[in-house]
Amino acid sequence: MSEPAVRVAQLNKTFLVPEREAGLRAAVKSLIRRQHREVRAVDEISFEIAPGEVVGFLGPNGAGKTTTLKMLSGLLYPTSGEATVLGHVPSRRERDFLSRITLVMGNRNQLQWDLPALDSFELNRAIYRIARPQFVQIRDELIELLDVGDLVRKPVRQLSLGERMKVEIVGSLLHRPQVLFLDEPTIGLDVTMQKRIRGFVAEYNHRYEATVLLTSHYMADVEALCKRVVVIHHGQILFDGQLARLGDDFAAWKTLTVELEDVTADLSGYGDVLERDGGRVKLRVPKAETARVTARLLAEREVADLTVEDPPIEDVIELVFAQERP
Amino acid sequence: MSAAQPGAARSLFDYYVTRGRTQIQSQFQYRVATYMWMIGMLAEPIVYLVVWTTISEQQGGSVQGISTGEFAAYYIVWTLVRNMNIVFTPYGWEWRIREGELSAALLRPLHPLHDDLAAFAGWKFVTILLWLPIAVVLWLLFDPVLDPTLLEVAVFSVAIWGAYLIRTMFLSTLGMITFWTTRVSAIFELFIALELLLSGRLVPLPLMPDWAEDVAAVLPFQWSFYFPIQALVGDFTTRELLSGLAMQALWIAVLTGLTLFVWRFAVRRYSAVGN
Repeated sequence: MSEPAVRVAQLNKTFLVPEREAGLRAAVKSLIRRQHREVRAVDEISFEIAPGEVVGFLGPNGAGKTTTLKMLSGLLYPTSGEATVLGHVPSRRERDFLSRITLVMGNRNQLQWDLPALDSFELNRAIYRIARPQFVQIRDELIELLDVGDLVRKPVRQLSLGERMKVEIVGSLLHRPQVLFLDEPTIGLDVTMQKRIRGFVAEYNHRYEATVLLTSHYMADVEALCKRVVVIHHGQILFDGQLARLGDDFAAWKTLTVELEDVTADLSGYGDVLERDGGRVKLRVPKAETARVTARLLAEREVADLTVEDPPIEDVIELVFAQERP
Repeated sequence: MSAAQPGAARSLFDYYVTRGRTQIQSQFQYRVATYMWMIGMLAEPIVYLVVWTTISEQQGGSVQGISTGEFAAYYIVWTLVRNMNIVFTPYGWEWRIREGELSAALLRPLHPLHDDLAAFAGWKFVTILLWLPIAVVLWLLFDPVLDPTLLEVAVFSVAIWGAYLIRTMFLSTLGMITFWTTRVSAIFELFIALELLLSGRLVPLPLMPDWAEDVAAVLPFQWSFYFPIQALVGDFTTRELLSGLAMQALWIAVLTGLTLFVWRFAVRRYSAVGN
């Protein structure tokens, strides 16, 4: 069993946030006595990621995803707990560690704004001390994979959001990192561009056996890339396991789609009717009742076809996010 | 990184050259703005120049042994030294910490100070190039007395970079206070006031009262203004010139040590807001 690429144990991050009421009186009062509130952004989380694994890190806004990624990439100093990435403690920010990871943030620009991306790539070559022949090979390969040959010669400020994201990704991977922290890499992009970036991440993972921890609000990203997901909410981990199992743990129902000969049949006695289209009826049935309801339908009705499905992943995630702090 | 890697010193040199070059390229994109900004910066030395040359002429051609032509030389060289002294300010630190802009720099396997030093060093090459015609105009207008020896030119050439390093480290340490306070402008204003008085920026130090000269002697300010200017326009002995460079080296070491010491604790407080 190889060492995990990422190991997190009882990791905490607490921010001290100044707090006061609105208005002049409160402002004057805060001059004398400043009040602070502790906000626990990450609360005792633990998980491990194996080398080469792609894990989706899911949670609503403010759940603690980005804070965790920032701690794992060495940007934030944890309040307590342990984290190691490729055997390094991220907060020590050692050269060897920073040379083997990358953090791509969908809302962040890391390239020189006024210059063509090629010049920023050149700068990254110097920063990461990449030998020139290898740099040229990696750069050209990434440019080809992401199809940005025409874009890298334009000043970055003149690129669209999607174009910029693609050249950002090229810049972030020139040193061929072994661990990728991707924070909403497809945010604000159109569907085609999202698909392209997803395909690229999958290809990079496959080609270099890179470990990927991905946050995204687009379930299509997660479904396409991640077999395993870690769900975080209010700073705590609610679920860590196979994406396919998420529905088992959080969705208390299944969806039954029934095709009937009788288009007028009333199926409300079998479960909640979600949709009806002629003889095709979609029912929501409590998970524990599924087998019994299915048997009843087959016995009592003229059923032409019947399928049993877990609810769509978006609905499951919505359910998970709706959970309150335990 | 599995790539064959060149030595650390060579790599760092490569980085400085590459970063300096990208900064020059960026700067040339805004050359008109840079020029306008430089011309705007001339207001300060021209006021000093006009005031002191006028006083000097009224007092029979000199003030405390400094002639009108020497005042002119002092403030013309001042304009170049001032440009060399422009570094990443505490306002910049305040912005990069408050807005979370430091994140990109922290992800790189290189101390952010290298980036500041290399970028502003590249910027200097543009400003020196743009400064030359300004210096010619000032020369023709104010008729300075400037007759440096080869050694003085050599020491000056080193001292302006020493001044750059001293001021970078000093202001970086001040800027890092933002990790604790969020705002640093009041402290920076105090720094500017002290620097004006104790560095030779406002007036050449020999014109200051004795007590001010005594205070200035134990502070780093004069090594980033008065010393480099005077190395070229004054008549320091060889010993004074070399001991001046040694003092600059000492202050660079002290302030770099202080900057790195503060950084160790400061960076733990970074909250990477929003980014």
